Parts: sequence; structure tokens; C-alpha cells
Amino acid sequence: MDSDEEERIPYSLRKEWSDVTPLPQDDGPDPVVSIAYKDEFRETMDYFRAVYHSDERSARSLDLTSDAIELNPGNYTVWHFRRLVLEAVGADLHDEMDFVEHIAENNSKNYQIWHHRRWLAEKLGAEAMRRELKFTQKILALDAKNYHAWSHRQWVLQVLGGWEDELEYCQQLLEDDVYNNSAWNQRYFVITRSPLLGGLQALRESEVRYAADAIITNPENESPWRYLRGLYKGDNNSLVSNPEVSIVCVDVIKKNPIKKNPYCVFALSLLLDLLCYGFQPSDEFRRIVESLRNSDSGPSDYKLASTVCAILESVDPMRSNYWSWRKSNLPTLAC
Amino acid sequence: MECGNSSMKKRLSITQQEQMRVEQKVFEIFKILDGVSPHTRSLMLEIWRDKHIEFLTRGLRELAPSYSVLDANRPWLCYWILHSLALLGVSIDSEFENNVVDFLGRCQDANGGYGGGPGQLPHLATTYAAVNSLITMGSERALSSINRDKMHKFLVQRKDSSGAFRMHDAGEIDVRACYTAISVASVLNILDSELVQGVGNYIISCQTYEGGIAGEPGSEAHGGYTFCGLATMILINEAHRLDLPGLIDWVAFRQGVECGFQGRTNKLVDGCYSFWQGDVLALVQRLSSIVHEQLKLAHVREAQNPAKACYVETHNSTKGDSDPCGSSHQAGELSDIGLSFLEGQAEWGPLLNSIALQQYILLCSQVLEGGFKDKPGKYRDFYHTCYCLSGLSVCQYSWSKEVNGSAPLPGAVLGPYSNLLEPIHPLFNVVLDQYYKAREFFSRSW
Ligand SMILES: [Zn+2]
Repeated sequence: MDSDEEERIPYSLRKEWSDVTPLPQDDGPDPVVSIAYKDEFRETMDYFRAVYHSDERSARSLDLTSDAIELNPGNYTVWHFRRLVLEAVGADLHDEMDFVEHIAENNSKNYQIWHHRRWLAEKLGAEAMRRELKFTQKILALDAKNYHAWSHRQWVLQVLGGWEDELEYCQQLLEDDVYNNSAWNQRYFVITRSPLLGGLQALRESEVRYAADAIITNPENESPWRYLRGLYKGDNNSLVSNPEVSIVCVDVIKKNPIKKNPYCVFALSLLLDLLCYGFQPSDEFRRIVESLRNSDSGPSDYKLASTVCAILESVDPMRSNYWSWRKSNLPTLAC
Repeated sequence: MECGNSSMKKRLSITQQEQMRVEQKVFEIFKILDGVSPHTRSLMLEIWRDKHIEFLTRGLRELAPSYSVLDANRPWLCYWILHSLALLGVSIDSEFENNVVDFLGRCQDANGGYGGGPGQLPHLATTYAAVNSLITMGSERALSSINRDKMHKFLVQRKDSSGAFRMHDAGEIDVRACYTAISVASVLNILDSELVQGVGNYIISCQTYEGGIAGEPGSEAHGGYTFCGLATMILINEAHRLDLPGLIDWVAFRQGVECGFQGRTNKLVDGCYSFWQGDVLALVQRLSSIVHEQLKLAHVREAQNPAKACYVETHNSTKGDSDPCGSSHQAGELSDIGLSFLEGQAEWGPLLNSIALQQYILLCSQVLEGGFKDKPGKYRDFYHTCYCLSGLSVCQYSWSKEVNGSAPLPGAVLGPYSNLLEPIHPLFNVVLDQYYKAREFFSRSW
């Protein structure tokens, strides 16, 4: 920082800026939340205010916005003005991509850079697709859950295309970290929206198997449970009638005796949903659930759903209020 | 023998490693609480009011150079600080209040809305922060400084053809923009059908397969957007269009073994979600008739249509009707929802573990030198101070059936009863008394 400061020549001493009068911030006589700006910050912003005010859309204004953005990439007014200048001077938008990538190195969670990036990609059109997918991939390699990067990537896929390798990309990320819920979300996005795959109906069976495998390997991982449930969003009848779903629940419960392992919460929770949507449990099914009851779970109930709630209340104390609420709101027809 | 074992062992993923590290730190803190005397325990769980007030009031005056990165968020700094102080029962002196009103006046654009600082482009998020700050201060001068006529025009301009809102001129569209626009319009009593049109469609397109709400259609369910989306839907009287049981389930599962909330599935706990997620569960406590309807329908083979019932609990509002100046009724009715929402009764207790959440906030987020933070190992800031305190207030009143009922029982407040904070309006996140004052003011003139 110090060496930077030494090299930097103040705007007030630069010949090319001598015709501009800096415009100080109008903070009033008694400012509040008053930031003790460093000289460089204050001066840069004073010159920015001057060109913004006079609406000077020039090459030097572009350079000035670069400086201002380096100092505070969260200033949306500067970014907004920069776009106006870029258009006015007919700047090379590929250079602009480089600039955004440079700023993103330290600020990948800032709304403005991603909005700017979207604007750029929109202008460049289809040719930007590969670069955008690569760029988001680079950011996601550093932080696989970066919310903005995922949003941008989804936008690119929908507007510019590039779906071909997306499922494989999700697959790779899930192999790296099967707990990465953002990758599961992206998988759902691809399954439901990719124009190349045939849609959710066509893929549901294989996706159920994919989620079920992930569940059996790591039953304590909530992501595939939500994914499995989500494959039947808005279609509870199919959820109830696919035996594979209830089999997953039973398998997990059988393999993870509840007293040693509270991971069954997800299995019991899905089971409860099944029962609420009209699932008819077999005798074996009832027996397995009943076997989980202990003295804390209260008396055996004629409703299996009610028993499930009672078990959940005792094995999942963080959510005991929630389970007792579920118990008191069971559909009358639930088994 | 180690070699054989380690090759058998499953390699922990990044998510698991990070989670384990945080759990360890949190449990270490909780372990200290276990063995101590009741007196020490009470001391450990105390809100360090004086320290917080000192940290906040200093920040309201001046901030270190490092705050330059928030130079486009100064109305937010005002709101985070003023609201935190208000929650602690502190109001600033009138001279200083005038300085804040004057400063925010300089952020107000000639054509309506507020920017991040004097002369900056007006932006929906900073507009929300400025309006909530002025309401939190609550003087005639503060409330009358808002140009509502221009504000309405500004909000209309921010509307996209889809019905959703853009943050600023040619800015990004997301659920946060929708919430801040609708919240501001509602609390200022300028909400009308023009502003509402299409917003509900956008929000429901953002509810994900997990149950929570994302920032944009297709993105991942997220605590901040879930609050924004649900609050918006309530304010425009369309909450019944969301899958509420699914939403409640997702939020309930976000409270983890650390006792605090995470923002997304398999992410780390963070104090600010005490409000974003916790308040969602407080909001649904007052949507019981809609939720019941949806739960009943769940069993009916293939719900043909979402529940029809859409009114919040009360229809016999008395406060909203008295309008001596005869306001424009068109605008009035939609803006009344924020008020009538408060008149409903909570039919259930909290669906979160309120005591556990208070424990996380007080022991893991509270900084003894003043302020609150995300989690152990992080630094305090005004944002987390605001949302940890807001979450704490939500917890303390989570057993209260009525918003204006008697004070919470001691059992609802973790730590000494002097920890009790001011209650908030759960849709706008301003202190309740100040909300009523503003409501009264803005229904008088339009
Ligand atoms: Zn946070």
C-alpha cells in the first residue's frame, strides 16, 4: 500500500485534469456516519463527482472510474456511470471483461461486479458464453457456494446457452463435496431447465436413484434428501406412489438405529410427509417405525404419522416445537 | 495399523471440515456455561448494554477509513445503528437527530428515493434504510422530510415489465429489490395496485424445490431472500400463493446444533440469520388460517388450486379506518395490511428453539467490547449488531400471543430479565412504537 501511495500522483497535480474543479461531497455542517476517508479516496471521489456532475463521458472519465472502483467496488453510482462512458467512447468490451476479472479477484461477493458482468455478456452475446462459464468456474473453484457466481452462471446458460457439459460439471462438484448444496441446486436447475435433457418427467427415475445413492452413503447429508423431495415438487401423488422413496427411508432407519444415531431425522421427516400425502404403510413399515418408539415418545398412537411426530420430538430436540406443531396439524386422513 | 485405518476412513469434504471447526469452537463456549454457578451464568448471558451503546453511538458520529468500502451504504449504517439503539431502548438527542435528518435529506434525490450518500444515484435498498431510519427517529421533522409524492414516482420507475423491481436505474432485479420497494410503499401509505401488479408472480417463481426462497428464479433457497419474499407476499396480501408448509419446514431445519441459524442448507451458522430466518417463523405464527388451509389441502389428491383464503387474521380493524383527512382509499387499503397483520393473534408458540437461539446470539455473537458478530472468530460490525439484536427481540416476544399484549414472561427471556429489548414490527423491522407513530403520521396526510 505504501509503495502504491508513493507512486500515485494526485489528480490535482496531473496536467490532463487541470481543467476540472473537484467537487467535494455535500455532507453538510454536522455530518453523521462520517467516514475518515484517506486523502486518495477523498480526492478520487471529488474528481469523480465533478465528471459525473458534468456528465463527461470521456476516456479520462473511464480511467477515473477504474480508480474509484478499485477504492470502493460497492459504489453502484460509479459502475452505472462507467457503463454510460463505455458506451459513449465505444470501449473494447473484452478489455472491460479483464477489468471486471481483476476487480473480482478480491470482491467476488459484491453485487455490482456481477450486475456489470451480466451487462457486458449481454452486449457481447453468444461469443461471451465460453468465457462466462470459465469465469464462474474459476470463482467457484475458490468458493463453490458463491451465490452471485451461481446466479450469473444460470443466467448465462439460459440466455447464451452452453448446457452441454453442465450436468457433468455438477457431477464433478458433487464428487468433490457431496455436501455442497449449491451444486445440488444447480443439478436441479439443469434437470428441470436444460433444453437438451428432456425435462424432469423424463429424468425423474434416474434422479431418484442418484439421490437415493447419495443418501445411503451419507444419510446425515440434508441436501440429497431435499433434492429427492424436490423431484416431486407439486406432484405429491407420484411421490407417494413411488415405492423407491419409502424404501430409502426404511433402509436408512434400519441401518442407523435411532438411539445411537439421530441422522434418521431426515428419513422420518420424509416419511411423515409421505403419510401426510396419503401413503398407505405396510405392516412391516409400521413395525419398523414402532420399534423406534421409546418411553419418551408417549403412548402408541393409532395414527402412524402421530407416532412419527412423537419420535421426532424426542430425537430432534432443536425442532421439538416444530414437530409438536406438525403433530397437532396432521391431515385428518393421514395414516 | 494406522495406514490401514486411514485408507478406510472417508475423507471429509470441505463442507464437513468447516462445519466441524465451527462446532468445536461453539461447543467449547457452551461447555464453559455448563459448570458455572447461577450467578456467573446470569452474568455470562447478560447483554452488555453500555458497551453496545458506546460502540453504536461512536459509529453514528464517525467511522474509521476502513469503512470507505461502505461509502455507498451510509443510510444503511444509519439504520443499523439507529435501529440497534432503538432495540436497546435508546433514542438519540434531538440535536443529533436533526443532524441525521439533515444528512439523509442530502441523500434524497430530487426525483425521489435515497442514494448511498449525498449526490449518489437513488437505490431501493438505501431508500429502505433511509425511510426506516427516519421512522426509527420518529420526529415530525424526520417523517415530514420524506417526499412521498416523488417516492411513489421513483418506485413506479423502478418497476420492470415483469412486475419485479430493479434496484436502481438499469440496476439488478431480485427479491430484495421487491421487498425494499413494497416495504417502503406500505409503511409510507403509498402502496397501490400499480406497484403491486406482477410482484407476487415474481416471488413465487423464486420459491425453490427446497421450500425456501431464492434471490432470482432458479437460484438456491436463502434466508435473507426468504424473509424478503415472505414479507413482500404478506404486504401485498398474496402469502397464500406460496407453499407455506414447505417454506416453514425448510426454515425450521436451518437451526442447527450450534443453536443458531444457517442461511442455506449445509452452510455455516451466522448470527444475522437469527433475524432473517427467525423472523420468518415469527411471521408465519400470524398466518395460521392460511397455513391450516394449505395443510388440509395437502392431503386432498392433487391440490387443484392454492388456498383461496387470503386475508390476514382480522377484518374488523378499527385503527386503520379512522381517517380524519379522508385519504385516498385506493392507496389506503393495501397499505393497511401492515397494520392489520399486527392485530391477528399468534395461534402457535414459536416454531424455532427460541432459548437455544438466544444462547447462540448472547454467547457466540456478542462481543464484550460492544457489538455483535457473525460467529466466533469473526469481527463485530454494525450489520450483525443490528440483525443479532433484531433476532434476539423476535425470540423474546415469540411466546406473546398478541403484539400489544403484556410483557413476555421471564422464562421467554434468556439471561437476566433486564435483557428484554423493545419489540419490533416483524414485516418492516422497525421498533413497534415508532411504527405506530409513523403509521399515524402517514395516514393523516397524503
Ligand atoms: Zn451474517
